[in-house]
Amino acid sequence: MDSVVLARWQFAITTVYHFFFVPVTIGLSGLVAAFQTRWLISTRGGHREGDVRWLRLTRYFGKLFLINFAIGVATGIVQEFQFGMNWSSYSRFVGDIFGAPLAIEGLAAFFLESTFLGLWIFGWNRLPRPVHLATIWLAAIGSVLSAIFILAANSWMQHPVGAVVNAARGRAELVDFTAVLTNPVALVTVPHQLFACYMVAGAFVAAVAGWQVAKLRRADPEVSLLRRGDVPVAEAVRPWRSAIRVGAAVLVIAGLGVAVSGDVQGKVMTDVQPMKMAAAEALWHAEAPASFSIFTIGTLDGQHEVFSIKIPYLLSFLATGHFDANVQGIDDLQAAYVQTYGPGTYSPNIPLAYWTFRLMIGTGMVSVAGGLAAWWMSRRIRHPERLRHATRGLARLLAPEVSRGRWWTWAMVALPLLPLVANSFGWIFTETGRQPWLVFGMLRTADGVSPNVSALDVAISMSVFTLLYGILAVVETRLMLRYISAGLPSADPPEIVPDAPLTFAY
Amino acid sequence: MIIPMITSAEALPVVWFVLIAVLWTGYLVLDGFDFGVGMLLRPVGRDDQGRRIVLHAIGPVWDGNEVWLIVAGGATFAAFPEWYASLFSGAYLALLVILVALIVRVCALEYRGKHDDPGWIRRWDWAITISSLVPPLVWGVALADFVHGLPMDSAHNVIGGLPVLFSPYSVLGGVALVLLCLTHGAAFLALRTSDEVRERARRIGLAIGLPAAAALGGFVFWTALHGGHARVVALVIAAVATLGVLGGWVATRTHHDGWAFVGTAIGVAGFVACVFSSIFPAVLPSTLDPAGTLTISNAAATPHTLTIMTVVAAIMTPIILLYQGWTYWVFRRRLSTRQLAASAHEPGPARS
Repeated sequence: MDSVVLARWQFAITTVYHFFFVPVTIGLSGLVAAFQTRWLISTRGGHREGDVRWLRLTRYFGKLFLINFAIGVATGIVQEFQFGMNWSSYSRFVGDIFGAPLAIEGLAAFFLESTFLGLWIFGWNRLPRPVHLATIWLAAIGSVLSAIFILAANSWMQHPVGAVVNAARGRAELVDFTAVLTNPVALVTVPHQLFACYMVAGAFVAAVAGWQVAKLRRADPEVSLLRRGDVPVAEAVRPWRSAIRVGAAVLVIAGLGVAVSGDVQGKVMTDVQPMKMAAAEALWHAEAPASFSIFTIGTLDGQHEVFSIKIPYLLSFLATGHFDANVQGIDDLQAAYVQTYGPGTYSPNIPLAYWTFRLMIGTGMVSVAGGLAAWWMSRRIRHPERLRHATRGLARLLAPEVSRGRWWTWAMVALPLLPLVANSFGWIFTETGRQPWLVFGMLRTADGVSPNVSALDVAISMSVFTLLYGILAVVETRLMLRYISAGLPSADPPEIVPDAPLTFAY
Repeated sequence: MIIPMITSAEALPVVWFVLIAVLWTGYLVLDGFDFGVGMLLRPVGRDDQGRRIVLHAIGPVWDGNEVWLIVAGGATFAAFPEWYASLFSGAYLALLVILVALIVRVCALEYRGKHDDPGWIRRWDWAITISSLVPPLVWGVALADFVHGLPMDSAHNVIGGLPVLFSPYSVLGGVALVLLCLTHGAAFLALRTSDEVRERARRIGLAIGLPAAAALGGFVFWTALHGGHARVVALVIAAVATLGVLGGWVATRTHHDGWAFVGTAIGVAGFVACVFSSIFPAVLPSTLDPAGTLTISNAAATPHTLTIMTVVAAIMTPIILLYQGWTYWVFRRRLSTRQLAASAHEPGPARS
């Protein structure tokens, strides 16, 4: 394998791995901040203790958040360095535009995130309560800002606006920074990505709490998530039920946000990268109206389709917003690009684009269904006497009484993993779908690699990262499971005491 | 005498050269004591209680300190893309080593206290020690290579791989930075802790202070001799840096912990300042083809980009300094065993 292929594999491995932790960091920091806010609100009016349920949830999910955050930070440094290490020709070409959002990300986002998270971890008994609450919010805002700037940088690679190529210097040069920040791709990708992060975090919170409830049910079959009339649920279940309600609501609402923003994104993509949309459907020839296939058996090269379920008009609508519009095919676009850019292959890996696009949508939709089920299972029943009639058919499957079996445990494991892999599939789709371009229409991927870094060097670094990341995955998973199964921490509300133990930390 | 008109197109790369030097200084002065503290974890901490105090001293700040490196990297990418590309691809395997160390260090610091198992803690303690030694060693070598230059062809690509990074001069840079970070970390611990931990930190600081001053002195004066346009400036900085570490040593002897820390901080800052003032106006000299030498003009981004970046930096930098400074103020109390929870390890209800 040559160094281009190896450098691409290394980027894919390290980026997909890094991005297992990013959505949890972005989404969970916001949810932990929300829990803490809810607790602080409950302390108003002279109740120093407040509703400690929310404080305990804050600390419990705060711990899980920190375990995740550490590995996200650790693997994030690689991301910034490897542009220069493996893609130095790319860095020389794009630095004038691409470097600025990266530097601003550090200045505006990473400093905020890291500094205030340190204050939050160690500041429980050092800072006044509202100030301490502000630190976690600032950290959460920092993580959102970092998403905005890095997505502006990535969107520029998909659709390079606000720049001209200086052939003499062999580089792209910035002419309009506002255009870079208001790139239509960025404007729609930012909400799409942020909603996707909150899907993961919501699913994570609901699933962890759901698993805890199953544990309680194994000890006491009478435990129920349902709130019957005006009778509150058992004290041990109460915080977990709250977490399930919040997590499920966030998952479902964020899921809707992802769907709506994704729909707009598809239309922008058809506009600026029509080849990616054609690849997503494996549409070889223009169709009007174009149908969308749910799945296809056979090959996707347009030759040997064995079986396919198609929804008529849907692709036309996804791509343009009109049910009978023309959608360009791969072959038409290939011919047009040869006219513009000269001989070459201008289509990405079609089966990869086709399947990652469907897996992204499919896993995302299943997780939203899971969120709806969790919401329904933890509902409040106004007329408990009618409950027997309500648990028939599908309702029986979703009855809270079933949450003891092994399948329930697996469902809780799957719930957060579904939106997480949906994120991965989305990124694999959008990055491989841009190929053969590194910067669309400006720089080919093969021309971006470092000419002085040998295939052996890349093979070494790729092996080292893969091995190290593998070990860290085991360590982090074990630690995560350990802290998940530990249950809720105590409820002592924080008070400012100069020599109080700095307990939240080491 | 004609005073040359300095247009913004000429001034902005200078501004960014200085700013990147400042970012490296911030990184090594701040994360420098984190490295020192990490290396000293075992000897200064000694038992588990002591080691937890040592880690608490850097706990709230080390992650924010590391961001200075990320911003230095991002700023180099944005302001001098050619410098970023040549350096990062040219020092490929050395940076791989640094990345591995930084990854291990983050996880070690965060995960050490999260499991109450002696084997777990022992392994992470060693991980902290080694992963705190490697970055200053390799950064010291790399900064020396800024001065000495790297074999670059006319397209600014470094030819030759790992061996070209090492010379007696660059190895001295690495050793000097390690010793400096050790002294700096010891001074920080003496300032931030109390009782036996503080006493042990002082003793180690006294033992390492003079060798550190000697290694630093050797390196910075050797560096200043490379100096081009600003040799006088580099010589002055070299003298100040060496005197800073010596003054820190005297302050440690006389129990002035704050001044001792100021002294070692001046040493680290001087290390970086000396390197940058010696290479100016080059950013990375070529030892192979003179046409390959990168300077602040042929490596720079366009004036348009630099102007935008200058505005952003001018707004953000004071804010960052303010809130990072506030963090140090919040956690200014000396640490002792009183501030340690009964057990930091077991997750669960015991933690309050």
